Amino acid sequence: MAYLPNGADERRQMLEAIGAASVEELFATVPERLRHPQLTLPEPLAEQDLVTELERLAGRTHPLGSLDSFLGAGVYRRYVPAIVRAAIARPEFYTAYTPYQAEASQGTLQTIFEFQSMICELTGMDVANASLYDGATAAAEGVMMAVAQTGRRRVVAAADLHPETLAVIRTYGRGRGVEVATTDDVSTSIGAGDACAVVALPGFLGTVEELAPVAQAARAVGAISICSADPIACALVAPPGDLGFDITVGDGQPLGVPPSFGGPHVGFMAVRQELMRRMPGRLVGLTHDRHGRRAYALTLQAREQHIRRERATSNICTNHALTALAATVYMARMGGAGMRRVAEISVQRAHALAGRLSALDGFELAEPARPYLWEFALLVPGDADDFARAMRRQGIVAGLPLGRFDPDRREQLLVCCTETSTPASLDRYVEAASRFAGPVEVNR
Amino acid sequence: MSEVAEPGMEMSRVPAPEWAGEEPLVFELGGDLERGPREVRTGVADRPLAELLPGVALRATPAPIPAVPEPVLARHLGRLARRNHNLHQGIYPLGSCTMKYNPAVDEELARLAGFADIHPYQDAGDVQGALELMWELERLLCEITGMTRISLQPAAGAHGEWTGLRMIQAYHAARGDTQRTRVLIPDSAHGTNPASAALAGLEVVTIRSNPDGTVDVADVARHLDRRAAAIMMTNPNTLGVFEKDILEIAGMAHEAGALLYYDGANLNALVGLARPGDMGFDVVHLNLHKTFSTPHGGGGPGSGPVGVAEALTPFLPTPTVARDGDRFRLDHDHPQSIGKVRSYYGNFGMLVRAYAYIRAYGSSISAVAENAVLNARYLQSRLGGTFPMAVTSDSMHEFVATTKGGRVVGLRALDVAKRLLDYGVYAPTAYFPTTVPEALMFEPTETESKRSLDLLAEVCAAIVAEAERDLDHVRGAPYLTPVSRVDEVEAARRPVLRWRRAE
Repeated sequence: MAYLPNGADERRQMLEAIGAASVEELFATVPERLRHPQLTLPEPLAEQDLVTELERLAGRTHPLGSLDSFLGAGVYRRYVPAIVRAAIARPEFYTAYTPYQAEASQGTLQTIFEFQSMICELTGMDVANASLYDGATAAAEGVMMAVAQTGRRRVVAAADLHPETLAVIRTYGRGRGVEVATTDDVSTSIGAGDACAVVALPGFLGTVEELAPVAQAARAVGAISICSADPIACALVAPPGDLGFDITVGDGQPLGVPPSFGGPHVGFMAVRQELMRRMPGRLVGLTHDRHGRRAYALTLQAREQHIRRERATSNICTNHALTALAATVYMARMGGAGMRRVAEISVQRAHALAGRLSALDGFELAEPARPYLWEFALLVPGDADDFARAMRRQGIVAGLPLGRFDPDRREQLLVCCTETSTPASLDRYVEAASRFAGPVEVNR
Repeated sequence: MSEVAEPGMEMSRVPAPEWAGEEPLVFELGGDLERGPREVRTGVADRPLAELLPGVALRATPAPIPAVPEPVLARHLGRLARRNHNLHQGIYPLGSCTMKYNPAVDEELARLAGFADIHPYQDAGDVQGALELMWELERLLCEITGMTRISLQPAAGAHGEWTGLRMIQAYHAARGDTQRTRVLIPDSAHGTNPASAALAGLEVVTIRSNPDGTVDVADVARHLDRRAAAIMMTNPNTLGVFEKDILEIAGMAHEAGALLYYDGANLNALVGLARPGDMGFDVVHLNLHKTFSTPHGGGGPGSGPVGVAEALTPFLPTPTVARDGDRFRLDHDHPQSIGKVRSYYGNFGMLVRAYAYIRAYGSSISAVAENAVLNARYLQSRLGGTFPMAVTSDSMHEFVATTKGGRVVGLRALDVAKRLLDYGVYAPTAYFPTTVPEALMFEPTETESKRSLDLLAEVCAAIVAEAERDLDHVRGAPYLTPVSRVDEVEAARRPVLRWRRAE
């Protein structure tokens, strides 16, 4: 049998030791009418057949690497140094459990401590936790912290928050009677009854706003300021900590984690010192062993569900340690400077592509007045879905048609460049798009 | 950094190898703060950033994270890896955690470009294989649990619990039954159950256990009033004991208008052999990282799909996967949905592994439960002379022992746990369930050989014998781990949660 080490002889010996006549006897406490339901399950597969079946399914997708992809919108195809995969493929890391027994888990504990430390450096915050599920749930947890801290139940969120993040904040809020309002101008909308302001760096459309006034306005009314930030953006622009934010959350996927159809990624959260004990999730602290040597342990567990039960800061138990390890190795290999360089390359290429596309007749930037990093909303001739489909026939994933999220943006496409968008693929994009250029009515 | 031993150097000055002492942090490994590794050329006509990003405040200097040279980083990771117990090294008998072997092939399969290199916003036509896998996995999990539909979206077990409770709230609300604000939870339940209930905005009512570890039916009956939204149960429960009155409890709950929630943490005892749906459960969450063998990763990523009976399907998180003939698509049309509980569609990489695991067993999957229970009962019988057992009733895939009332007065569960580490054995879950003093909860899983169970039993017996002779020595353990007993009190009293550059 697939992964079962004991043969018939061992099983017989074990039953004898137990004093049972059969395995069936061990299930005697289960009412008989519940036992052995008729299940319709496929035949067991040999490993080779299993590989064939999974390769068949994998063969029925078109990976980004086989296309010229300009899709981003929260999930990015960034170059992942090989050492990242080599690290997370080690059984010492991927088969380990949550490091409850510190003495036998120093490897995992130290890498988490390093993750916490590097996230602090990147975001400019005081304290970071060991990770959360993803960027969207991290934002929702941040909002719940703000609700608990302020005793208020209204949230003011920027309208250009990622739609997935906004949706998850709403779902989390609904259970607790938390109301979520969206606005284009958070700093003038936030008031004394509000728990928090939530903004994004960059916004869903890739644009960067002046965010320091949001943090100031929130502070002035006793609300918590939350910034949902792209970690690579934090390597280039002034990070949320420097802008005065109380909580920074985000998705660590751009730090060495493959897109993987949306998960697993890794959420992160970093806060000001005063909010440390309100944080959800695991925290690793530096301490010492009996011989005075540096050692690490899970700490401040009195916040957590296994100690505090219904009074815990969150119900989170498992975090995303292995993807956090990928991010740790990525950050350590790239360094702050390497990540900034990756951001710069992405900015240069995106702006070059945007310039060439908006020079084509019928194409223009949808938000020409707003500065953007490596993503931009592009107005195309006609319906963006039609355009994207036509481009796809040329092997190009031209971007994300925005009509899916906003009916007013049916003619817009969110286009993304990273360091994996080669100059040759930029040329092919422009070449293919130029066939749609010209007066719109001709192409319809 | 370690010094290099010079010829003629006194032995006392030769530093210990790095893996035997303190491991430096990445910040202490050197590496440059200015440049980072070589990057590709932009390949376009670069323009000044100030021109491209007008009015945007940029970092004056890069974030102070060193770019560690690859050979240095590789050894750092290698040394850290040696400091972890793991499944390729030895048994991990953590009760309630189901630390079974993770098949090597599943890791390879999840890394196929057709799964790892696809984007959640690609057109359905480009990701048919991924959608088909999700659709098939949902069918398989429905068959195994006896539920009508399953959402693969929750990222972990606790996340699934909260998702399930949100659906239960939505179900009652849709019926105008708005006074049901309480959840009945046994005192032996996992801490996530009450925490998830609180996060959903529900009030927790704790239900007493009988001396045999099962739920006190009379206490359930007492609290099953018009305020009860649901009962959350783990079956077998956290003592490893099957809730013999489950059908009666289900009947009572439904009669009172409450729903029955199944915490799937212990499904490994029953997978393929009995179904929560047949027991009367309305909502079920699964831990793919337990029963279906996706790796624990040092604490995630997990995956916590949640299944529901027919009446709750309108409230499932959106989107679900739909099939039209031989085409698959994401279905966002769920007007009564509780909404999205995380971004995109779930921890897809974990779904691939779980799907592969289930297909490997297929129709023989009950062998998992049979061998898991056989292994646990065998280990329990081997440990009978070493530790008192917490309950007298028959347990299934896990059991709870205690050091209290055992051969050595003063021997604590913590001491046994720490001494086990010296033998290359990870400690069982200690001090849980909280209803048992000095609890040691063992769950060997089906992937341990008899030989490995015999070894564990012998090590436990040796530790108790050692404690009879020299209790202080056991209390001083561990001795052979990379660090000795870690001062967790200091960690909590003066929290140091990050490295800081010396000023």
